[in-house]
Amino acid sequence: MVVAIAIVHVRDLFTASMLFAIYSLISAGLFVVLDAGDVALTEAAVGAGISTLLFLATLTMVDRREAPPNSSARHHWLALAVVGITGAFLVYATLDLPEFGDATSPAQAHVGSQYIASTYDDMGIPNMVAAVLASYRSIDTLGEGFVILTAGLAVYALLSVPATRRRRRNGMGHRHE
Amino acid sequence: MTVILSYFNYWVVVLLMMIGFYGVIAHGNMDKKLMSLGLFQTSVFIMFISAGKVIGGATPILRDGVALHSNPLPHVLILTAIVVGVATTAVGLALAVRIQEAYGTIEDDLIGDPSHEPEEP
Repeated sequence: MVVAIAIVHVRDLFTASMLFAIYSLISAGLFVVLDAGDVALTEAAVGAGISTLLFLATLTMVDRREAPPNSSARHHWLALAVVGITGAFLVYATLDLPEFGDATSPAQAHVGSQYIASTYDDMGIPNMVAAVLASYRSIDTLGEGFVILTAGLAVYALLSVPATRRRRRNGMGHRHE
Repeated sequence: MTVILSYFNYWVVVLLMMIGFYGVIAHGNMDKKLMSLGLFQTSVFIMFISAGKVIGGATPILRDGVALHSNPLPHVLILTAIVVGVATTAVGLALAVRIQEAYGTIEDDLIGDPSHEPEEP
């Protein structure tokens, strides 16, 4: 969480990217603690790896420094107020949520236990997350594939403009902190 | 004390979400906005994984000697969400690069500012 605050606070975008990778790695560790091994692997590989790569690739093409805030302090207080009110409502809402780790909470009471009970008989593989992802919900995973394909096409469409329009910003790499 | 412990995870999630939300609103830099959006996103992930956690449970992989598993369904959902999140981040960053090329800046406030128009090569 300290890292999260630092990400928003720091103005050097390179530092922010590195902090973002650290943050992803910490959240991957948290996922391990919360029994989500597969999610932790994905977060470490995709969140800490590919996201950071994307941010760094972008940084080679844009200014490394974020501009100092030129909007008034009132603007920031307004943002802080909106965020604070939202957060207060959400904290109020959490009081209605089931206790953390409660085995009888609504999230556990429905189909989850059926999947746990029948996965091995149906699929013959011990990893339930993989079984649900690739077998029970394979059509959803196919949809995910379409989303990624669409995103890839969009990125390609955006960046495949004529090379004459593409140029690096002058002075990159001459900035030091 | 019990109340604090049982809701601590949710409150951390709310705080992370607030930090991300503030970053999206208050920062004009698009790269920073996307990072804040990532923070926001991760808070939601942690929320879902917390909902699936059972105290004393184990990772949902069947093996000998383990009877109680955490709920695998939120894990599957979040696995998909992480990958889709990176895809959207990639599109957002590509847009930022194009805006940089067209306007010479990715600061909200400086777009349209004549002093920051890109000089013609």
